[in-house]
Amino acid sequence: MSAVVDTHGHGHAGHDHGHGHHGPYGGIMRWITTTNHKDIGTLYLWFSFIMFSVGGTMALVIRAELFEPGLQIVNPDFFNQMTTMHGLIMVFGAIMPVFVGFANWQIPMMIGAPDMAFARLNNWSFWLLPFAATLLILSFFMPGGAPGVGWTMYSPLTVQMGIGMDFTIFAVHLLGMSSILGSINIITTILNMRAPGMTLMRMPLFVWTWLITAYLLVAAMPVLAGAVTMTLTDRHFGTSFFNAAGGGDPVLYQHIFWFFGHPEVYIIALPGFGVISQVIPAFSRKPLFGYASMVYATSAIAILSFIVWAHHMYTVGMPVTGQLFFMYATILIAVPTGVKVFNWVTTMWKGSLSFETPMLFACGFLFMFTLGGFTGLVLALVPIDIQLHDTYYVVAHFHYVMVAGALFAAFAGVYFWIPKWTGRMYNETLGKIHFWATLIFFNMIFFVQHFLGMAGMPRRIPDYPLMFETWNKISTIGAFGMGLAQVLFFYIVLDTIRNGKPAPQLPWEGADSLEWTHLPTPVPYHTFETQPTIR
Amino acid sequence: MRGTKVIQALAGLAGLGICGSAYALEWYFREPGSRLAADVDWLHQMVMWLILAIFVVVFGAMFYACYAHRKSKGHKAEQFHENTAVELVWTVIPAIILVAIAWPATKVVIAQKDTSAPDLTIKVTGYQWKWGYDYVKGEGEGISFLSTLATPRAQIEGHEPKGEHYLLEVDNELVVPIGKKIRVITTAADVVHSWWVPSFGAKQDAIPGFLRDLWFRPEKTGTFRSQCVELCGKEHGFMPIVVRVVSGEDYTQWVAQFKEKAEKSAAGDSRNLSTQELMQRGEKVYTGNCVACHQAQGQGTPAMKAPALAGSKVTTGPKEAHIDTVLQGRANTAMQSFKALGNADLAAVITYERNSWGNKGGEVQPAEVAARRK
Repeated sequence: MSAVVDTHGHGHAGHDHGHGHHGPYGGIMRWITTTNHKDIGTLYLWFSFIMFSVGGTMALVIRAELFEPGLQIVNPDFFNQMTTMHGLIMVFGAIMPVFVGFANWQIPMMIGAPDMAFARLNNWSFWLLPFAATLLILSFFMPGGAPGVGWTMYSPLTVQMGIGMDFTIFAVHLLGMSSILGSINIITTILNMRAPGMTLMRMPLFVWTWLITAYLLVAAMPVLAGAVTMTLTDRHFGTSFFNAAGGGDPVLYQHIFWFFGHPEVYIIALPGFGVISQVIPAFSRKPLFGYASMVYATSAIAILSFIVWAHHMYTVGMPVTGQLFFMYATILIAVPTGVKVFNWVTTMWKGSLSFETPMLFACGFLFMFTLGGFTGLVLALVPIDIQLHDTYYVVAHFHYVMVAGALFAAFAGVYFWIPKWTGRMYNETLGKIHFWATLIFFNMIFFVQHFLGMAGMPRRIPDYPLMFETWNKISTIGAFGMGLAQVLFFYIVLDTIRNGKPAPQLPWEGADSLEWTHLPTPVPYHTFETQPTIR
Repeated sequence: MRGTKVIQALAGLAGLGICGSAYALEWYFREPGSRLAADVDWLHQMVMWLILAIFVVVFGAMFYACYAHRKSKGHKAEQFHENTAVELVWTVIPAIILVAIAWPATKVVIAQKDTSAPDLTIKVTGYQWKWGYDYVKGEGEGISFLSTLATPRAQIEGHEPKGEHYLLEVDNELVVPIGKKIRVITTAADVVHSWWVPSFGAKQDAIPGFLRDLWFRPEKTGTFRSQCVELCGKEHGFMPIVVRVVSGEDYTQWVAQFKEKAEKSAAGDSRNLSTQELMQRGEKVYTGNCVACHQAQGQGTPAMKAPALAGSKVTTGPKEAHIDTVLQGRANTAMQSFKALGNADLAAVITYERNSWGNKGGEVQPAEVAARRK
């Protein structure tokens, strides 16, 4: 990787570089032109945090409107725009990029590679994102505002929207392109650039989960691009893919969307599983239990994720055989997912546990992601799902998976690796406060939404009957608490970078992947220019 | 389920403490009003007990490890990391549990899908944003009406105190007889809606251009309330579903009354109305059907592609174009066809639009609307 421009000013201790400080760029141009996997990882992480703040603010608007019955703060149209954009921004702008950020930072270091396989492509996959985000935000300022169709963008409601819908469609195209390019890069890096001796079955589980996730992305993202492109031509070019009057079918859109949408769930969850599989053994001071079965379970989940999509559509009126097939396939996923949970718990069993912030978030993940899995099992059963479909029960379920699952895993990862990235330790007390506040307020928001759903409150409504008031009040109070807790997180990160105590070489005694054992802390700008030989 | 209910009750009490709300707390499915809903309830309880058992085993182990196997208590880590027998067991046992769940679930699915041999068939059409009901077959055949939100805007916007059935009340309720198998055929005129009555365990998306069906057999008289559950645009939260289940005799009586009323209004449909009658009736129809998009002052909602009616070409231009727009709707917008309304109602609302907010477009009589129908 001698072509990589080296311009940064820190962290060369312990590594003697043949080429050194000769980069032409400093300041902002460093970030725009960088091809360094660590810089790009940092860009992804900060981008993700910004989007997380924007999407979170939208969630607070939603919750504020739902504090009491009646319309108080926003009109129903803007409310729909908020739910739509909150979903799109959190899924595509916050959760997916945060794990790509981890992948960029960690995969080369974990497999003993000097950088990603396609360094310039890597730069390009990141820099598509700010443009996509800009398109999404710009849609608010178009005539008619942003689309108010929900993040699932069901047709034919999309046909009624203003030009903001087209902005969103193009944004989705860009996001998809970014993901596909990033995935090609990750697959190539993992398959071709492992250090000698780093066989596939010796890779850290985080690398495994990302390898599988990248395949899912390459397979699923083009399907989404197809769905939104058909929407675009239905809107403007007189096609009738989703219009019955022209021989199309609105339900076709839903099939295509969820053929993408279900693998997407695992695209979001699997890298989180990977992070947890690094953190739990490190703080249990014990190797991961059932490494091979973890790899097989992850692959099984990925394959099954392609044949269960219509469980999002039990109420569209499928034939009974269709409903039964998708029900059986869906509950089958509980088997490999169960294996993973049992393996994590057994890893902790008879370990030597300590509970620093990364481990707290990992345990929080394990506990609450499993709750999300339980409600997933409930929703997998057709008759019960028909009662709960499109109610707040579903909202609660997928936030347990996306927030208590993926987001908690992301927090675990940040606290786990930030000493390696910055060379500084975060404030442990503040980290613990962040964890407990997030855990408590998260449950305040979403646990009660199970009750709302069972009692019959539909999703995506700006106003509701009086009997739902109490739970909504609790939920809204929790939402603002959780928002505050994330401000604390922002402070913790800044405080670590500026004032953190220097991190020891190995801050976590149980951590044993290459970035901990073979590289100094903080990591130099270039690592593994000479590949190590593993055992 | 009792166990869950206890936990939920405790959580509910905690919630009450926080908020001090005066309203009853709903945290479980509504009281089943049909066999199907009762089956779903039973299935849910069964699954919840199983989940509780798994929860206790898995997290019992986790929390025990968190407590007993701490470094701070001096616990030394053992280094085992594989055990094929154990891994096989915890793959097979969950698989068996899942079969045990799938079996009863399958039976309910098959029952739920059996819409054959109904006593009464009703077609439900989703519109932005109201429901249309047509009694297609069985007692009451031929009855047809629209069902719109009855909660006044003033309550929604907070100018008036909210009533008991806030957002769950309609002008015309769907009336069905007890103990009969009711088949509901769903479709939609514009976008996807979803028709749901939780007490009957009955939910089915209403898809424009396609027919789907569901069934229920109500076992209790009374009024059952719900809402549209598929996002269908701006007023998605404001199109309730209200079903009134009555005894067989009451149903027969209701059918007779409805037909009598329909005949009267059909007669009224051909009679000419005075300007004052048209304007008064028109304002009512406007408030029920048009105001959500075109607004109280006729200023429209640009975000919805709903143009202002005050001073527009349609409301001040030729009557025929105005009548056609209302009868046929506009493609790819929320402006649907309103031909389901009677001639008198349409004449009234068109007259109202042509003579309000400074418009001076002249009046339209029911006969003129009838003439433009195809």
